[in-house]
Amino acid sequence: MKKKIKIKIKINGKIKNIDKNSKLLNIIKNFKIPLKKVAIELNEEIVDKKKLNNISLKTNDKIEIVHFIGGG
Amino acid sequence: MIKDELIIAKKKFKSRLIVGTGKYKNMKECARAINLSGAEIVTVAVRRVNIVNKKKPLLMDYIDPKKILYLPNTAGCFNSKDALRTLRLAREIGGWKLVKLEVLGDKKNLFPEMIETLKSTEVLTKEGFQVMVYCNDDPLMAKRLENSGACAIMPLAAPIGSGLGILNQTNIKIIRNQTKIPLIIDAGLGQASDATIAMELGCDGVLVNTAIAKAKKPFGMALAFKNAVVAGRQSYLAGRINKLLMGEPSSPKKGII
Repeated sequence: MKKKIKIKIKINGKIKNIDKNSKLLNIIKNFKIPLKKVAIELNEEIVDKKKLNNISLKTNDKIEIVHFIGGG
Repeated sequence: MIKDELIIAKKKFKSRLIVGTGKYKNMKECARAINLSGAEIVTVAVRRVNIVNKKKPLLMDYIDPKKILYLPNTAGCFNSKDALRTLRLAREIGGWKLVKLEVLGDKKNLFPEMIETLKSTEVLTKEGFQVMVYCNDDPLMAKRLENSGACAIMPLAAPIGSGLGILNQTNIKIIRNQTKIPLIIDAGLGQASDATIAMELGCDGVLVNTAIAKAKKPFGMALAFKNAVVAGRQSYLAGRINKLLMGEPSSPKKGII
């Protein structure tokens, strides 16, 4: 079996090893994050949540997933 | 009776009390305090999702954004770039255009950095946001924010979380007299009577977080603030008597035995 190549990305400040060519949608889904309640940035650019499946991740990509929490 | 509603960016609200959702022991306590306060608007912060602990409760599970208006804020931002980034993300979560801008200038006193605040207000307004702006109690800066397209001016009473109450009532009165958009006291209130004073000065509303969340009994204080805002507003509308230097008897002098 051909070994899958891994790449390093950063999600919310944490380094993760993922399969090369992984789709952003699958990564988010793996974290069981409810898409309706979050916003997503890829390399400091806001990502349209409808297009998550079209985005393949590259080495050193930085993803930020944010939501609302209590605040004044 | 004449309807006395708070109107911000063409949206009507019955309650003139806005509450923050930070600093509570847990989400359940926060949700109950909000309910008791009667607030229709709550401020919320934008932060990273906890990708390690997926079971952490979500704010939206306790406070329904369909019933209570979420007002995303930029708490923790110390420059325009971070504030703009935060609010653009907030808009992306659920289409929120009504936002609270707060750009701080000093980590200890938490006073607003007004140059960055003004710059951010101009950019956000151009991008279609309706911006409620946290600011200092400087009438000149308040006017510049209003002219830059802010939809509400929110001067501080005192430093955030200090509980000192309104430190400069004269400036608040000056700002009141010159401001045509909603004027909301934000930050620094310590007890319910501070909210009454703000309303009696003619403010359109108050925003409270710490004074409720950190009170010995948050539920009791939430209710106290609700009533204090109503009392202050009624007192303002009813019109206070003139202040006299000397006494004036309450009973008639005629017929004294």
